[in-house]
This record gives sequence, C-alpha cells and structure tokens, in this order.
Amino acid sequence: MELKRVVVTGLGALTPIGNTVSEYWDGLKNGVSGCGPITKFDAEKFRTRFACELKNFKVEDFINAKEARKMDPFTQYAVVAADEAIADANFDMDSLNKNKVGVIWGSGIGGLKTFEDEMIYFGQGDGTPKINPFFIPKMIADSSSGQISIRNGFRGPNYVTVSACSSANNAIIDAFNYIRTGRINVCVTGGSEAPVTIASVGGFTAMHAMSTRNDDPATASRPYDVDRDGFVVGEGAGALILEEYEHAKARGAKIYAELIGGGFSSDAHHITAPHPEGYGALLSMIDALEDANIKPEEVDYVNTHGTSTPIGDPQEIKAIVDCFGEHAYKMAISSTKSMTGHLLGGAGAVEAVASVLAIQHQFVPPTINVFNRDPEIDQRIDLTENVGKARKIDVALSNGFGFGGHNATVIFRKI
Amino acid sequence: MSDIAEKVKSIIVEKLGVEASEVTPEASFTNDLGADSLDTVELIMEFEKEFSVSIPDDQAENIQTVGQAITYLEENAK
Repeated sequence: MELKRVVVTGLGALTPIGNTVSEYWDGLKNGVSGCGPITKFDAEKFRTRFACELKNFKVEDFINAKEARKMDPFTQYAVVAADEAIADANFDMDSLNKNKVGVIWGSGIGGLKTFEDEMIYFGQGDGTPKINPFFIPKMIADSSSGQISIRNGFRGPNYVTVSACSSANNAIIDAFNYIRTGRINVCVTGGSEAPVTIASVGGFTAMHAMSTRNDDPATASRPYDVDRDGFVVGEGAGALILEEYEHAKARGAKIYAELIGGGFSSDAHHITAPHPEGYGALLSMIDALEDANIKPEEVDYVNTHGTSTPIGDPQEIKAIVDCFGEHAYKMAISSTKSMTGHLLGGAGAVEAVASVLAIQHQFVPPTINVFNRDPEIDQRIDLTENVGKARKIDVALSNGFGFGGHNATVIFRKI
Repeated sequence: MSDIAEKVKSIIVEKLGVEASEVTPEASFTNDLGADSLDTVELIMEFEKEFSVSIPDDQAENIQTVGQAITYLEENAK
C-alpha cells in the first residue's frame, strides 16, 4: 500500500511561557522561563513550592461557564489549544467531511484535580458517597478528545493515548498512521496536562524527581547543567492539525511542515529509571529515522526530552551520539523544557509545536539555565546553551520518554 | 418569594448557566433550561447539600420543574 503524505496545517499552544502560538514562540526564541511560585494550592509544607503555571489564563474567555464547569483543567487546556489550531487551519467547516476528521489526544494522567477534589470532599463527610455525577466524565483522560470532538462535530477516531511523558508523541504517531493509510483526512492531535496539584507535586517530590530549588525557581529547570536537581512540573497544552497532503493542497491550506516519521520503543528495564545506556531512546530514534526513510545526517535539530533530572539527561545524549555518530556534533540540540517546564503528557505536543516553529522560523530555541555543563555530557554536543540561534533546519526530531519505559520520537521536515 | 425559592433559583442559575429570568416556577429543568440527566442529578445533590435534606430517588424523579423543587424543599427543608 502506498502511504500518503501528512502535513501540519494548524498549530495551537497554551503554555507557561505564552497562551498562543505566537506568544509561545516569542518566549521560546527569547529564552523565557515560565517558572514561579505555585499559586494553585497552598504549597507551604511541600518540598517543592514552584512550578511552570499558565499566566493570566481565564477559561471563561474561551469556554462558556456552564461547559467549562464540566471539564477538568486538563480538558479546558486541550479545548483551548485545539480551538486555536482548528482556527489556524482555516477549514471551510461546511465542506469539510467531519466523518473523516479524528481527534487523538495525549494525556499522562487525566483529570487529577477533579479526582482530588472529589475524594477530599468525600473524606470530609461521614462516609456517605455524595459523588458528583460529573466526577467520572470530568476525570477520565479521554474526556479531552471527547470534548474537542463534541465541540466541533468531528466524528472520526477519537481516543487518548496514555504513556506518561511520551503520551502526546504516541498520539501524534497514531494520528499520522490513520491519515497516511487513508483512513481519515484530518486529525486534531496533541496533548495536555494539568499537574500542578497536591497529589502530583506531592507524588513527584516523594520520588525525588522534582527540583527543590525554591530560592530560585526561574533557574530550576536546567537540563545538562551539572547542578540540575530534578524536573519542574508544567501545565498546558499543544495542538497540531495533521492533514493528508493532497487534501491540504486542494483547499489551499497553509502548510507548516511535513510529518515524515514516527518511532517508538520500550526500555523493558524499570518503571521510572531510564535504561542506563539509553538503549530504549536509541531504538526509538532509529525506528523514527527508518520510518521517515532518511539518513541520520539529514537531521538538523533535535528537541530533546531533556527533563533536567540527574539520571535522564546524560542517557539521552549518549543515545543521540550512538544514533547519529559524528553528525551528533553537527546538529543543533536543545531542551525547551528549560523554559516551559515538563508538561508530562502534554510535553511531546508543545515540543512538536516548538519543532515545527523552529523549521518555520529557521531558528533553534535555546536550552536556558546551562551555567556549568555537566562533564558527563559530551562536550562536543551543541546544546544551544542559553541563547537561541538562526540556523538552517530542514529536518527536526523530537523525543519523548515516559515512566514505564515508553519512548516515542517524531520527525518533521520543511516543505 | 421565600428564602428557599431564592436559593433554589440561584443554584439553578449557577449550575445550568441560565439567566435568572428563565427560572420561572413552570420551567422544566430538561425541557426549558437545557439540563441533561447528569445536570438533573447534580441539581438534586446541590439541593440536598444546601438545605440539609436527603431526597430519596423515587421523590427526586418527581422534581422536574423549578416550582416542584421549591415546593418539595419548602415542605421538607430543615
């Protein structure tokens, strides 16, 4: 079967460094940190008291109050980012065959805030289960893709992928596969997370996975720096409209880039620790390159998973060197999590958007907060430290790795 | 209008996202105020919470309009 080509025709972003795609790009380009003290709950007794929260986001500006009340924040973010991407794609909604439009979204956790609120309320009662009837439909992770579909009448395949921090990359690859095999024409894809909550911040700090740099949150997310001490949790969403190339051309759509490959693998090693040699990460990148049918030398930019954890960052760089050989030293590499924080199930989505924008603008966003590069990180690697730079980018690759040992990689090319 | 009626009305306005002027005694939650089955369950639960009453399911089924809610609560609220 001949596979069809798949292109990106719309983007949406709701992130800690910008509430629209254009604000997000300004933040990325200029190396802005989205980190600050936690405002969503009283974190006084928490070991980590900061996060990358959205700024000046009022859901009622986008979704009417009655509808918004029935959505967990992670679904609200999904709907807002998807709305931006759908508007950006500029469909003629009357002629679009909505039966051939899918929504495949990624979320690592789903409606955690909803879960917490309901269980706290229950715990304060006398044991009578006065559970709100909207509790389940708000909490379940697939309510995000469901709400996007309901709002727009898209009746194609609809579900959410859950693979922790590679969830959105898995969603993008699934969407890619349905379009290139001709099952659907268009797919709204991406991912979202709303993890600035008691259970999430408490849970990740219990694992010693999060930074505790409370005296200087803006420099806490510092991938590849020798003093990095964990990731910084972030919230928000990224959305992409993927479309079959001829379908996009026929309607004269603006085309950002082509999605040319998706790869995945599993570490088969440990529930949280990455494989010590970065073997799973290597397999995922090789799989993506083979799927894209390109040589490693064709890749110009890698947006790394790079979470700022002591254990994860060096393994990914080792895998990149193993995968690309000498070319690893000629590519531009950066971790945009240094600015956005780690959006967990939404990370792959905002980083795919960043990769597509990097191609569009021929500009590499930086890895900020690299004060002293970890000697364990190969010194010849170009990490785009602290300042972004203009550069030829024909092909950009983006990695996402998740607890559970899930790895997924996507590759975009200039068109 | 009684205090109970005022409170019932404000709960309905908040939960169903409707205008206060639409919340007339004759208005049906599902037919006139856009409630679905989950909205209706939530409304009953809010009435229970606000007025410290327990509304059995067989009686909740008979509360389908604003007026029926007010009457029930005026008779049963503590």
